[in-house]
Amino acid sequence: MSMRTPLSKVRGFGSAKEGTEHFWRQRVTAIANVPLIIAFCWLIISLVGAAHAEVVATLSSPLTAVLLALIMASAIIHMRLGMQTVIEDYVNGELAKIVLLLINTYFAIFIGALCLFAILKLAFGG
Amino acid sequence: MYFHHARFAHLVRANQLKEIWMATSSKGNRPLSPHLSIYKLIPTMVMSGLHRVTGMALYFGTLLVAWWLVAAASGEAYFDFVNGLLGSWPGRIVLLGFTFALVQHMLGGIKHLVQDTGRALENQMTTRLAKLHIVASLLITVALWAIAYAVR
Repeated sequence: MSMRTPLSKVRGFGSAKEGTEHFWRQRVTAIANVPLIIAFCWLIISLVGAAHAEVVATLSSPLTAVLLALIMASAIIHMRLGMQTVIEDYVNGELAKIVLLLINTYFAIFIGALCLFAILKLAFGG
Repeated sequence: MYFHHARFAHLVRANQLKEIWMATSSKGNRPLSPHLSIYKLIPTMVMSGLHRVTGMALYFGTLLVAWWLVAAASGEAYFDFVNGLLGSWPGRIVLLGFTFALVQHMLGGIKHLVQDTGRALENQMTTRLAKLHIVASLLITVALWAIAYAVR
């Protein structure tokens, strides 16, 4: 007699507690990153050597601000997933691994919050 | 390290590799898979490793982008200070490395997406793609900087 609940059998994740979400999210953000990073390169090249006022003016245009926010969101989710894989691959100690995975998550959220606040502040008035 | 001629490494039988690895492992007698020091470096391996290295570099490179955005949002004085640092020669070298990491990682990622569909996985093809990958990464990096200097 199996002690597993019907739901857990149907979901079929076992002790890993998740299925292909990590793999899939890595691909979803990777595909999004291609056009977004191209746009980012374009933006940065157009701002090379620009004075503060010009940078603020450019980054406060709605399309640029939204695109920049999407770039940072997609890139930061992608980099967090990537670093998670690296930590899981190379860090063998259970405690060290959990601590590093937590730091990875907090770091990604902190950087994301900084970028988002900066982008919104620039967009709403420099 | 044990093979003066690394290109013969593939001729060594798996059980010999295991013996060597166990004898040299710092954790005593635990059997571990042979790693980088055992295999001959081939283009696909180098580019796969580099993809991971550039990914890690970009992780910290994102800090630079965040810093630059925060500087822009903080006001003119701080922005000029950060821009000055990034525009200095050491700053430019870091940004050049950042650009290369971005281009290399993106091209590698596109290659991975294609290979996820089961395409371009033949031996000759993967080697050719690895060589194309490094050449294209360098060329596009140089091209982006040339454009940046030209439009400035």
